[in-house]
Amino acid sequence: MTFDVYLNVAVGGLLTGLVYGLMALGLSVIFGVVRVVNFAHGEMMTIAMYIAITLFQALHLDPLVMLVPVAAVLFCLGYALQAGIINPFITRPEHSQFLLLVAIAIIIINVLLILFGPDAQSVQTSYSYDSFQVGKLIVDATKLYAAGAALAVAVALYAFFRFTAIGTAIRACADNYTGALVVGLDVKHLYALTFGLGAACVGAAGVMLVLIVDVTPSLGPAYTLLAFVIVITGGLGSMPGALIGGVLIGVTEAMAGLIFTPSAKSMFAFGILVLVLLFRPQGIMGKKAA
Amino acid sequence: MFARLFENVSRRTLVLLGVLLVGMFGAPLVASDYLLTVLILILYFAYIGQAWNIMMGFAGQLSLGHALYVGLGAYTAAALYVHFGIGPWLGLLVAVPVAALAGAFIGFLAFRFKVGGVYFAILTIAVAEFARVGFDHLSWTKGSSGLFLPVAQYTHNDLWLLRGQPVMFYYVLLVATVLAFVFCRALLKSRIGYFWLAIREDETAARSAGIDTFRYKMIAVVISASMTSFAGVIYAFYYNNLFPEQVFHISRSIEIILGPIVGGVGTLFGPIIGAFLLTGMSETLIAALAALGVDLPGAKQVFYGICLLLVIMALPDGVWPWLSRRIGLTEREK
Amino acid sequence: MKRKSPSNSQTKTASVSRRTFTVGLGAAGFTAGIAPFNIVRAQGAALKVGVLLPRSGFQAGIGQDCQRGVDITAGLLKDMGLPNLQIMNADTETSVDVARSRAEKLIGDGAQVLMGAFDSGQSSAIAQVAEQKGIPYIINIAAAPPITEQGYKFVFRNFPTAGMILGGAFTAQKEIFAAVGAAPKTAVFLHVNDTFGTAMKGGIGAVMPKFDMPYKIVETIAYDPAARDLSVEISKAKATGADSLLLVSRLNDAILLTREMVKQRWSPMAIMSMGPGWYEDQYLKTLGKLSDGPLSFVPWYDPNKPLSKKLEAALAKAHPGVSLNTNHVYTFEALLIAADAYKRAGSADPKALADAIRATKITDNVSPGPGIQFDAKGQNDKLKISAIQNRGGKLVTVAPKEAANAKAEWPLKPYDKRA
Repeated sequence: MTFDVYLNVAVGGLLTGLVYGLMALGLSVIFGVVRVVNFAHGEMMTIAMYIAITLFQALHLDPLVMLVPVAAVLFCLGYALQAGIINPFITRPEHSQFLLLVAIAIIIINVLLILFGPDAQSVQTSYSYDSFQVGKLIVDATKLYAAGAALAVAVALYAFFRFTAIGTAIRACADNYTGALVVGLDVKHLYALTFGLGAACVGAAGVMLVLIVDVTPSLGPAYTLLAFVIVITGGLGSMPGALIGGVLIGVTEAMAGLIFTPSAKSMFAFGILVLVLLFRPQGIMGKKAA
Repeated sequence: MFARLFENVSRRTLVLLGVLLVGMFGAPLVASDYLLTVLILILYFAYIGQAWNIMMGFAGQLSLGHALYVGLGAYTAAALYVHFGIGPWLGLLVAVPVAALAGAFIGFLAFRFKVGGVYFAILTIAVAEFARVGFDHLSWTKGSSGLFLPVAQYTHNDLWLLRGQPVMFYYVLLVATVLAFVFCRALLKSRIGYFWLAIREDETAARSAGIDTFRYKMIAVVISASMTSFAGVIYAFYYNNLFPEQVFHISRSIEIILGPIVGGVGTLFGPIIGAFLLTGMSETLIAALAALGVDLPGAKQVFYGICLLLVIMALPDGVWPWLSRRIGLTEREK
Repeated sequence: MKRKSPSNSQTKTASVSRRTFTVGLGAAGFTAGIAPFNIVRAQGAALKVGVLLPRSGFQAGIGQDCQRGVDITAGLLKDMGLPNLQIMNADTETSVDVARSRAEKLIGDGAQVLMGAFDSGQSSAIAQVAEQKGIPYIINIAAAPPITEQGYKFVFRNFPTAGMILGGAFTAQKEIFAAVGAAPKTAVFLHVNDTFGTAMKGGIGAVMPKFDMPYKIVETIAYDPAARDLSVEISKAKATGADSLLLVSRLNDAILLTREMVKQRWSPMAIMSMGPGWYEDQYLKTLGKLSDGPLSFVPWYDPNKPLSKKLEAALAKAHPGVSLNTNHVYTFEALLIAADAYKRAGSADPKALADAIRATKITDNVSPGPGIQFDAKGQNDKLKISAIQNRGGKLVTVAPKEAANAKAEWPLKPYDKRA
């Protein structure tokens, strides 16, 4: 195989990895602050994908236009979920949180099955099949747009946490829960806000993934798992870590598929995860655990 | 040793246990074949739940990848039977060490590097998924095309080769569940059990009290993995076909641990109650929806999810701690 | 859907389809029946058939598609003068555990024949229950060869095994090559690494040499059934430089693979699929013009048989916009076998029914070949494999000649030359 094949595959893996990274970013934000592991993450993404598809079918809106409104819907959903159901669980052991979110995941999957039926659905845009050719390099247009949007969302999120008062308050909660309470921050509200932001992230990722994959109600669990692998690899709670983890997993899977056999490519992703846990348990960009 | 098992057990508990035991041993006499199948499922999940509970409930290590040990046990015993005609009980001599080794491997990796909590949980998922894809490519066990055991004609029950009717599997699983229960009780009453609880409650404190936490966490993983692999062997000989996509799948791991969490993590009755509740609830929901004339795929799972949600919101510690208080049993194990 | 009076009895009694339910939510559903199964009797007692399909979980799409085949059966059987079937529906939830306990439950509720279950693992679990209880079980779809190699006496499969599909595919390919006067010289074999895909891959080495094919397989690429992205697979296939693509995939993968071929600007001379996906409604609908061209070598229906036309019409009436496919055909035929055997046996005694099924000889059927019959193992070994091609959003059968209604278009029109 010639060099350009490797280059094409690597670029494809990089772009897909960025979108995966954005999805994982939501998980990371939620864990970093609320300390709840969102086992219904992929399922929340499928909700966003179905909203995008419904809007597309009804109004013929381009998915990239729907990015902000769908993210907003998911934000509200996340906020309500945290404030209404999850909040009492933040101090409970992990297995209780796990069961709670697994129950939510089961409900989401099957409500989607009842509402939308089992068949895969997708959106067809004018650029669905476009690709750009630069010399021997062929770049998938939808992946390029999606990756660009992923970066934009990540930057916006970073700016929010860095430069706004609410963002600073949320970071304060994450750093010192008791301290935040003492200085009079409304922690419950801030947690719900954070969960909403995480949900908005995965919502945005879902809208972009609609361009790349077809949606079925049972798509969620695979993406939940993927988000975990990425986030742990990059460092749970670290924002740049999620993107780096996404790219690393994306490129590794792509190259492993090319060099070895594609059917075993996810083994390499899990292999990387195991290696990271061994030699840098806090993840590539994670802070050293206390 | 034996006497200590009954230490601090109220008469009421003993009576209850006795009634339950007699009921379970007598059940096949009255149960329909359908009910028997459901009971087999319940016992299967109760047994594995008990094994999982050793790791999570006793030693505080959250494993989300127990399907790995089920799968290793199942595949090892089935492959030995298919390739060499080695029966399941002899096969256990290989299957259990294989699963124990896998458990030790995960434990060694994790505990040496102080990987705990969510990280440990994800590591267990990762290894199970690794195994799933790996077995998809392992031609000795027929890869993803599935390993089929020759199916017996059902004229008689051959306990030695585990070829026969469901009622045989029922009793094998029932005995296994009872033994697991007794074994877990003994573990809890032993030094190891106290060390585990100390680790679960506060690992740093346990270490400073001089407990070799690495060693005792390793013991928990290895015991749990070994016990779980036995269930895998039964699974293989009960269903007679294995597919990596089925036995190693993460959804199997999740199914395994729902029971003990709902029943009550760290309690001896929790996994059993949980298995009864969840499997029973599942079958009841199907029957109820059918009775209402609702034939809507997915509806049952929605209600199932809602029930799970309500249970965990109302009883965060699980059903058993609440139930035992209600019926006036002392639950000393906790 | 109201409770039916005995006079206009049909077999669709038990099921309230998803559509009916969502339209009239609650009200309609709850009045549909207080009894679990509305027992409806017409002339003589209806044969109770337990239908097990994965209608939720991962395989929900296929399971619900098969269910459409069940739903349209009643009227057709009546027209054919066959006895009524009382359908008892059960959802396996794509789980072996549930498949097994549902099978027990159906038998406990009085099912006299079982039918289902698309998936090899679930079918195998049901087969064991059926065999043990001595209740005949007719497999609609499931291609894993071992199921009928277990010495079962009550298990029947009116669906080709992986080896039969391969043999049929190669025969049909040679017929097409001869008809169009062209053939690829090389092929890359891309397959999903699941039960069916691996069975096909295992068979290809043994079956292909017997057929003296004009092309060589230059590389075999397996991909994970859980794969989310298939760009690498296509990059790899494209890089082999093979002039045709041989495939075993599934529906979602087929769509993904096609998109990748378009984006990566690769148009082989022919796409030859030997599994699901490339001919399905969803594929045609999603890809539009880009769906034209692929050849599928699959268990199909003979469009020239009279019963096929009736089945097509019945499906068009019940589910407008859904084209007849493998799922409907083989599900329908499984029920046809049950009804036919019941008529000949004259009783619902399981032993008599099983004997009658073994002696089945239905020539007025839908699937290609001489008709439905079973060998000593309970396998219909006379089934033929069809070659179908996508043309303008429709499907035509191009081989074998006796079951064809069109000629193959060759080669594949390059993706970048389509308007």
